[in-house]
Amino acid sequence: MGRKLLIQNDKVPGIETLAVYKAHGGYASVEKALKSMTPDQVTEEVKKSGLRGRGGAGFPTGMKWSFLAKPEGVPRYLVCNADESEPGTFKDRYLMEKIPHALIEGMITSSYALGANQSYIYIRGEYFYVSRILETAIAEAYAAGLLGKNILGTNYSLELSVQVGGGAYICGEETALLESLEGKRGNPRIKPPFPAVAGLWGCPTVVNNVETIAAVCPIVMMGGEEYAKIGIGKSTGTKLISASGHINKPGVYEIELGVPVEEFIYSEEYCGGIRNGKKLKAVVAGGSSVPILPTELILKTAKGEPRLMTYESLADGGFQTGTMLGSGGFIVMDEDTSIVKNLFTFSRFYHHESCGQCSPCREGTGWMEKILKKFLNGTANESDVDLLWDIQSKIEGKTICPLGEAAAWPVAAAIRHFKHEFIEIAKNKKFVDISHYERLNKIRV
Amino acid sequence: MGAQVHGTQEFNKAKRAEIKFSDEAMNTVNIIISRYPQGKQKSALLPVLHVAQAEFGGWLSPEVMDYVAEILKIKPIEVFEVASFYTMYNLKPVGKCVLEVCQTSSCWLNGAEDIVKYIEKKLNIKVGETTKDGMFTLKVAECLGSCGTAPMLQCGASFHENLTYQKVDTIIDEYKTSNKLRSYTDLDYKNTL
Amino acid sequence: MKVTIDGIEIDVPKGTTILQAARMIGPEVAPPAMCYYSKLKTTGGYCRTCIVKVTQGSTANPNPMPKPVASCRTEVMDGMVVENYTNNDVLEARKGVVEFLLINHPLDCPVCDQAGECKLQDLGYENGSAKTRYEFKRREYEMIDIGDKIKLHMNRCILCYRCVKTAEQITDGRVHGVIHRGDAAEISTYIEKVIDNDFSGNVIDVCPVGALTDRTFRFKQRVWFTKPVDAHRNCDKCSGKTRVWLKGEEVVRVTARKDQWDEVEEFICNSCRYDHKKTSDWVIEGPSPIHRSSVISQNHYQNLNELKVNILKQQKALGFIPFDKKP
Repeated sequence: MGRKLLIQNDKVPGIETLAVYKAHGGYASVEKALKSMTPDQVTEEVKKSGLRGRGGAGFPTGMKWSFLAKPEGVPRYLVCNADESEPGTFKDRYLMEKIPHALIEGMITSSYALGANQSYIYIRGEYFYVSRILETAIAEAYAAGLLGKNILGTNYSLELSVQVGGGAYICGEETALLESLEGKRGNPRIKPPFPAVAGLWGCPTVVNNVETIAAVCPIVMMGGEEYAKIGIGKSTGTKLISASGHINKPGVYEIELGVPVEEFIYSEEYCGGIRNGKKLKAVVAGGSSVPILPTELILKTAKGEPRLMTYESLADGGFQTGTMLGSGGFIVMDEDTSIVKNLFTFSRFYHHESCGQCSPCREGTGWMEKILKKFLNGTANESDVDLLWDIQSKIEGKTICPLGEAAAWPVAAAIRHFKHEFIEIAKNKKFVDISHYERLNKIRV
Repeated sequence: MGAQVHGTQEFNKAKRAEIKFSDEAMNTVNIIISRYPQGKQKSALLPVLHVAQAEFGGWLSPEVMDYVAEILKIKPIEVFEVASFYTMYNLKPVGKCVLEVCQTSSCWLNGAEDIVKYIEKKLNIKVGETTKDGMFTLKVAECLGSCGTAPMLQCGASFHENLTYQKVDTIIDEYKTSNKLRSYTDLDYKNTL
Repeated sequence: MKVTIDGIEIDVPKGTTILQAARMIGPEVAPPAMCYYSKLKTTGGYCRTCIVKVTQGSTANPNPMPKPVASCRTEVMDGMVVENYTNNDVLEARKGVVEFLLINHPLDCPVCDQAGECKLQDLGYENGSAKTRYEFKRREYEMIDIGDKIKLHMNRCILCYRCVKTAEQITDGRVHGVIHRGDAAEISTYIEKVIDNDFSGNVIDVCPVGALTDRTFRFKQRVWFTKPVDAHRNCDKCSGKTRVWLKGEEVVRVTARKDQWDEVEEFICNSCRYDHKKTSDWVIEGPSPIHRSSVISQNHYQNLNELKVNILKQQKALGFIPFDKKP
């Protein structure tokens, strides 16, 4: 059993309440940070911990914090990105729903480190019921003197509120999120300036993922160095993985970074193997935007080494033979899955979620979806595979924000590793979804 | 597909004059606005639109958007730009229960398409349509963060997960008998803010 | 700050963007721009036609930038090295952008009033492919009037946001904007409201394509059969300095004057634009400077030599660098 630092108490009855949360050691990091550490000392511990952004990009959190501009007399903000929308990812929802105080505790400790006196949690509108859970927990924290003026009798004051979004994946991009928080369309901003210099209402702002912020609590408690001992190399600490697809035990798992992928998929502690005794075909390891890998490349790297659940190991081999840890949205597909059909659902998603600001993404995502639809209709030609490849290459890296890449990478990877499936459909002029019957059996009760 | 009808909408002055938040909703709106610094009340737009949608029948008419603009002291076009950007705001009337079935990867891998077909047949409507009695609107949605409990549908604030045909039957029957508004209008603002 | 673009070095002040620096060197290195507008704030970055490759970030940090950047929104650093027309990847990427901009464009140039002065036509001609690979039905919208003087033809729109920024920054009350999102995004008014304010007509001049056209000029004349002259009148709302488009003695259209980069020099009021359509309303200064590669320069001037001398004189007076075709 690996160590758990975030959701070890998820099954404790009443853990969503302040009393039970506190009884299990909750809010100790607020006590410790506010009463015995300076803000810089907290930041220093986060730096030492090697914690990397858990939203997907994996940027070192301590470094991000140290970029925050601190001009005199200008307010600074901490904004929590709870706009979890990457297909395959549902870990933040789990954490907030089960242990809302873990996020609030992290918000207080992190806001203190950054010198923010007003912080926001921006949560996707579809998680409305989760926002109610957070509102209730925040009200409890205010009543207990953990939020508001002079927290725990110290000089530090913090106002914390939740804002619900309106339904837009793009608001998970930090500058689009800030636009949305300002009551505007979720159009990503052109960078620079970065939020650390000019973020919310033009003020210096740090935007961090839910899991990242929650991880600050154990880091403060155990010390950055101790936290960094968990994991392998630059992949320190624990990570929440959202496991879904054709596995026996879908759900959210907290792993110590470094667990072998094979163990994660097949062990009873985690996914419990492929359902119905089927064989593994492919895995999307870090949310829909990261490259899909076939069995032989997800279990072992091209060099033949076991693939591990770390930022580095999953990326080994670059995009030719590797992928990314991303947000930890781990989608498993069995031998009967049509890669083309799955890709179609991704492309439809990115088409639906493109904000429309810049032309390659606005026009290219819809074009790719239309071509993939041709494959499903059995009207595609072999040349359509090359056309798809060319379109994705003309989107990648040409857009304002990473949605362009997120839309292009899955297409590229599916063609790179499963080109024969596209060609077969084009040759036979027919698309057969062999897994359809199995799916039907599952829901036809 | 023919030419798309332009976004420009009809505006009814008489209707506009009748629109007013209840005291309870207005109180909620004021609490939301107070969460932002002075002069930044535009930030309250997204949550206030949710309140407005809940208050005025599950959708945002041009008159309602105009009212929200007045409250937040912004231009009506700014409200329209935002309301049309996000998927949760309905710009046309919808049924009392809006069933939104997720159709992205993990849900598809677990049979979302068949769930959609089943509901279409059961309610005798196509995706995007509303039943004649005004009870149900069927929509498809992109990833709602329920991949581990796929397939799923959302109705109002509720997530219905691990769907089967039988479960769909139960959900629809429940909504029929409870006769409660469900299109983001069952959201209880008063008790939680 | 020293910056090198396509091998040509230039010294520019801090805060200059790559695109501005390139324009300072001249049209031979200046990237095309469909959404950027130097006269309006916060424009640019959307269309991606002006992307360039930064092969050296600065003297202090000589690493190349990993992705191509939008030259209109990227400030130069001292010692930066930029490749535009000399980089094949840039040209290939731009070709891709042109294709994206055209897949849903109706290509109705034969009946479009903008033909002859359309930036998308130029862009397609200079950077695009001869054939389209798009085989699906194009997006279609109904044409509408926004106000009694402006026609909105959404099919042609490339969503450059210029008209939105113009309404926001030049007029005193914006009533139109971009609604919906992704490839369903469109320019729209909030309700069936006319855009009426003294400077609303400027949205026509900033539109790079035929999406917003002047209803008083609609189908009157192909632009290459008209003769643009710079003219002025006493106006209490704007400077009164305009460009008057003549067909014989008839004033068929009034627009703002545009500079070498096809940007409005000074925004004009609706009264000058719409209500003064007699030659006697105007003091004619002389033929307008028109790019010699433009189809408009093919119009019916009596004496081409005289025209050339006039243009050169005007350019000199305005401080223009002589026009030259791109390599």
